[in-house]
Amino acid sequence: MFTKNKNPDIKLKYPNRYAYSNRNLWSGFLFGLGLVAFIDETVFHQLLHWHHFYDRSTTSIGLISDGIFHAFSWLATVGSLFMVADLKRRNAWWYMRWQAGVLIGAGGFNLYDGIIQHKLMRIHQIRYNVDILPYDLVWNITAAIILIIDFSIFMQTQNKLKSERYAHE
Amino acid sequence: MNNHMSHKTEHSIQHIVELLLSIPFILVLIIYLVSVLISSYRGRSWSLYRSVFWMIGVCCCIVAVAGPLADLAHTDFTVHMVAHLLLGMLGPLLMVLGAPMTLLLRTLSVRQARKLTRILRSKALGVISNPIITSILNVGGLWILYTTNLYAMMHENIFLHVVVHLHVFLAGYFFTVSLIYIDPVPHRTSYFFRAIVLGLALAGHGILSKYIYAYPPNGVPESQARNGGMLMYYGGDMIDLVLIIILCFQWFKATKPRVIISQSSA
Repeated sequence: MFTKNKNPDIKLKYPNRYAYSNRNLWSGFLFGLGLVAFIDETVFHQLLHWHHFYDRSTTSIGLISDGIFHAFSWLATVGSLFMVADLKRRNAWWYMRWQAGVLIGAGGFNLYDGIIQHKLMRIHQIRYNVDILPYDLVWNITAAIILIIDFSIFMQTQNKLKSERYAHE
Repeated sequence: MNNHMSHKTEHSIQHIVELLLSIPFILVLIIYLVSVLISSYRGRSWSLYRSVFWMIGVCCCIVAVAGPLADLAHTDFTVHMVAHLLLGMLGPLLMVLGAPMTLLLRTLSVRQARKLTRILRSKALGVISNPIITSILNVGGLWILYTTNLYAMMHENIFLHVVVHLHVFLAGYFFTVSLIYIDPVPHRTSYFFRAIVLGLALAGHGILSKYIYAYPPNGVPESQARNGGMLMYYGGDMIDLVLIIILCFQWFKATKPRVIISQSSA
């Protein structure tokens, strides 16, 4: 059975990865959420000062949504990394599967931030005193590209998982 | 009230309040240190780093309620927020890390210790140490303080001043105790539940910070409210990050696989 695998070392090292495929995906997803929130905070709030801490046009639902996402992004970042440690400890680490999760989290949150939080809830804009359209386009198209790349990685791991389950039956 | 008093009496009353608020902290510091001595006298030495956490934690609280910082906090909202972070978040966290209940239980006689655990196991304490209740007491209390007239009234009324400060500390302490288990905890809740509640409480704290930034409490100038709000937001983030790391680390230790599963396919 091991000879069929292209990379027998990995197979030997992490034999439980298929049983823990969902946990790999979830851990990556949470890390992706936290990563984007962290980049957003450091790059756009702190370094570039493009985003504002608070914008008068923010709706109250926007304030709540922003607060909840901000809080859970801390939890997601730390929790997901402990999950990685747990997966390694259980010999169940699957990098590609995890990466698929990261990109779903990153792209999904970017799209949510760009369309729902910035535009519908009017939390704050990407930048002030400029024509906002190109910024919004770049922001959301980036999110879409991330999600498309993600889809192909996710399908690869999904096929792997299927063939592995088939091999066991 | 201010009009009736000369400046001097007002000043001395403030000192009495500061003394009143710092006495409990000085007391628990002495009790803790005496317990450490008793414990090591009986041949069971108590960990040094826990003692250090406790001492720094108590000092954070004392600095917040008495002395120059507390004086400034009356007039400057930004300084008030520093004091709030020390009294309601950092102080309690460090004190919880000092594991006072564990120390107390090992210092007391077996009979007294049994009595104490019976109290700890009581239903009332189970309710008050439920994460949802402690979060509401903690963050909900802050919402009431900063969005109603209470903040302005606190500076006029000595009784309110003492009650609010004690509440901020106790709510912060119970909140921390209900989320990370350092001492023996009879009423336990799952890691997932605590993580969700911690997230929601952190969100409530962050939203309130932005709310203060946008709508200054009565009697607070806008620039101070902005600085104070941002300080509350980022300072709260830092301390909550520590809470999150400890909670996750405890989960990691608790879910350690009992058998080595290296070659078996689960």
